Amino acid sequence: MDDKHAPDGHDHAAHAAIEETGPSPEFLLLEQAVRELLIAKGVFTADDMRRQIDVMDSRTPAQGARIVAHAWTDPAFKRRLLADAKAAATEMDVDVKNTPELIVLENTERLHHVVVCTLCSCYPKAILGIPPAWYKSVQYRARVVKDPRGVLKEFGTELPAAVEVKVVDSTADLRYLVLPRRPPGSDKLSEAELATLVTRDCMIGVTLPAAPSATARAAASAARDRRTDAT
Amino acid sequence: MSARFHVGDAVLVRNAWPEDGPTRVHVRTPHYVRGQRGVIDRVLGTFPNPEDLAFGRPGLPAQPLYQVRFRQRDIWPRGGGAPGDSIAADLYEHWLEPATTEQGHG
Repeated sequence: MDDKHAPDGHDHAAHAAIEETGPSPEFLLLEQAVRELLIAKGVFTADDMRRQIDVMDSRTPAQGARIVAHAWTDPAFKRRLLADAKAAATEMDVDVKNTPELIVLENTERLHHVVVCTLCSCYPKAILGIPPAWYKSVQYRARVVKDPRGVLKEFGTELPAAVEVKVVDSTADLRYLVLPRRPPGSDKLSEAELATLVTRDCMIGVTLPAAPSATARAAASAARDRRTDAT
Repeated sequence: MSARFHVGDAVLVRNAWPEDGPTRVHVRTPHYVRGQRGVIDRVLGTFPNPEDLAFGRPGLPAQPLYQVRFRQRDIWPRGGGAPGDSIAADLYEHWLEPATTEQGHG
């Protein structure tokens, strides 16, 4: 087969090999041995483990997006979220019992946060679910602390020099979630529509929420007119 | 343990390298902040010391934990970025000493 022009149309020769591989065989064996021992000793059952995986899989960035959209539309909620993030998440029916402490970092006109865990891959899993592979990669963890603006640029994010970029390295017992700025042109959107603008990456701080497209704004405005007409 | 430092206090991170010693250790203080001067941004509460927890010990008394902010350019003078950019790490109290405004790069 001609490598340069594979049948799927992708130019496979154009980029370096994907370096994200799974855990090494030794770690897989270690995990399996420890898991089997814990189950054999009755510390937990295989069913407990399956249920825990189900709980983890049910957590998605949509939870975070709901929280952010609510904070954008309700200033009192935003104050509560910044003061006590776990209590505010509970208010939004996100289960954060038995999960690490959480702090929400508010982006402003002058301050932009980006989150990393240089020591391992700490991440607000209770809110966002499983972290993306790039967040756990050595490349991201090593580079974002040293050249945050360069890394942000690779995500398509360029911030004025007057904005302080603050990298927050979650080295200990806290998990961090970024509260991005509400994008311009979103003032007519409902809370549910706003939530669709909030992506996982902007709650890590590597991107900004996209301004709603002109069509989305028109649709929202038309929907509002219909609601007004109906009353 | 009540917190020794308050928001706005200048601190110096100990320039210690316990991982170079003869015993196995678990350390949560990233290399890049050791010996650096920072400012307390948040007082985060107390937590059992992970340096003990990692070896099955109770980690008590719980250690005060702080979010400490550093100037990006103090840590990486040749790095890119704007003069106001910063980096923060969460550090346990026993890694911190009070700093005057002149100290740093220990």
